[in-house]
Amino acid sequence: MTPTWVQLVYLACAVCFILALKGLSGPKTARTGNLIGAAGAVVAVAVPFFYKPNGVDHLHHVPLILGAIVIGAAGGVIGARRVQMTQMPQMVALFNGVGGGAAALVALLELREIIEAGGDPGWFVLVATAFTIFVGSVSFAGSVVTFAKLQELMTSAPVVFPGLALAFAVALLGGVGLSTQLVVDPTLWVGIVLGIVGLVFGLLLVLPVGGADVPIVISLLNAFTGLTVAAGGYVLGNVVLLVAGTLVGASGTFLTLLMARAMGRSVTNILFGALKGGSTLGGGVASDRPVKSAGPEDVAIMLAYADRVIIVPGYGLAVAQAQHSLRELVDLLGERGIEVDYAIHPVAGRMPGHMNVLLAEAQVPYEQLKEMDEINGEFKDADVVLVVGANDVVNPAAKTTPGAPIYGMPILNADEARQVVFMKRSMRPGFAGIENELLFEENTTLLFGDAKDSMGKLVNAVKAL
Amino acid sequence: MNDAVVWLTIFVLSVFVGIEVISKVSSTLHTPLMSGANAIHGIILLGAILVTGTTDNGVAVAVGLVAIVLAAVNMVGGFVVTDRMLQMFVRKKKPAPSSVDGAVEGSGGAK
Repeated sequence: MTPTWVQLVYLACAVCFILALKGLSGPKTARTGNLIGAAGAVVAVAVPFFYKPNGVDHLHHVPLILGAIVIGAAGGVIGARRVQMTQMPQMVALFNGVGGGAAALVALLELREIIEAGGDPGWFVLVATAFTIFVGSVSFAGSVVTFAKLQELMTSAPVVFPGLALAFAVALLGGVGLSTQLVVDPTLWVGIVLGIVGLVFGLLLVLPVGGADVPIVISLLNAFTGLTVAAGGYVLGNVVLLVAGTLVGASGTFLTLLMARAMGRSVTNILFGALKGGSTLGGGVASDRPVKSAGPEDVAIMLAYADRVIIVPGYGLAVAQAQHSLRELVDLLGERGIEVDYAIHPVAGRMPGHMNVLLAEAQVPYEQLKEMDEINGEFKDADVVLVVGANDVVNPAAKTTPGAPIYGMPILNADEARQVVFMKRSMRPGFAGIENELLFEENTTLLFGDAKDSMGKLVNAVKAL
Repeated sequence: MNDAVVWLTIFVLSVFVGIEVISKVSSTLHTPLMSGANAIHGIILLGAILVTGTTDNGVAVAVGLVAIVLAAVNMVGGFVVTDRMLQMFVRKKKPAPSSVDGAVEGSGGAK
């Protein structure tokens, strides 16, 4: 029996996690929230070293355990410090995956304990164990594929092959069947096979998802891992795991739905769109239709003599590391008395809210960042909209072409502005792989070149005016 | 009350708390929120320590140590990376001292 003081400490830690999530939902309280969460986690992890858990007189293998913690913590810190802000989505995916993997292993070990102890643990415990093993493995494998897609270790296009739907169904049924078997007659081997089937299912789940939809999958897998940890907490009889895991599972699911709504898609459509036949993406081939292009000097004049300018930043901006030059440009325009704002699409970047992080890194003032609903009415009054490294989020096909993969996604109404300037590297379509009609409009001008290079030239041209 | 029912109660209440606490989050903070939530489930580290420290089977200990390493990456890395992102959100506010504010206004007027 766990001593009362331990249970009370766990309760306090669980409260810390609630406060952490609460804090993370507001910009002023976010950092404190995160630190409270971290403090709760550290305390909770330290507790088993100070009492006699589960009938043993003391915690065994303490030096090995501490060594493993140091190795893992060092790996985590190095990864977290080295990662570029543009690579944040894959970092989150990777951290999530290892968490899911850890949960699956913990459940397997606990299954071994249950079998060795004999007796009837109750079917509910066995259901939770099977759930943790299976879903934890799904989360691990799914996150690794997500990581590979975002890191461009493999194609970001949906991977679909004949028989995928069948393989998917077989893996799912296999998972359910093995789980049932585990509940009826718990053996370690069934648990291990269940974990392997979970890995296969995780691969099959994420492979057919297109690159643009991957962020939703990260959020969903995050929720999965949360629920896995919660189930693991029940199996171990540990309240802090149960509460923390459930919090993450519930908030992660809710967040996933919010994001899917921001993209105008349903979660089932994102996950299974490619399975139903046909790809969720277009060809991704560059078009050779005529467009109007201009040099940095011409664009500088357009911008410098405007009254109202709206910037639409996209992932391309961050990849080119042009956000610092962009801020310089906006400052210059501001000095000329021009009203400039950034229009941030909810899924700008490669993960919801990603663009805010990227611009924060360039120290863009918070007040200049306008959310989509806030700024969409203002595009019709804008003299110039400067689209930097974005494409899909201003593609009118989302409103006008029912067959388009992004149809229904709310977009920034850049097409309503008097002038639109696209800074693009090439005519290649965006992440969703479809052509953008806005590029061929009469009032659209293209400034070709690497975003950082062009932005530097643009800044100099504005300075020279 | 049946033990399982107590756990179920905690679970159901936590679901509502989880949804309630983030229901008003602005899309600005979606990335750090996801990353922070991600760090919180790294608490499976506690579970990994408990199962590893209460067994003496060699294979089980080895598997447990792997789980500890993975969970520690999740937990520690998650909190550190979230803090790194949030630090940038705070830094950019840069509250300037009022005297400097005045000077800036003054130079603006001179122009």
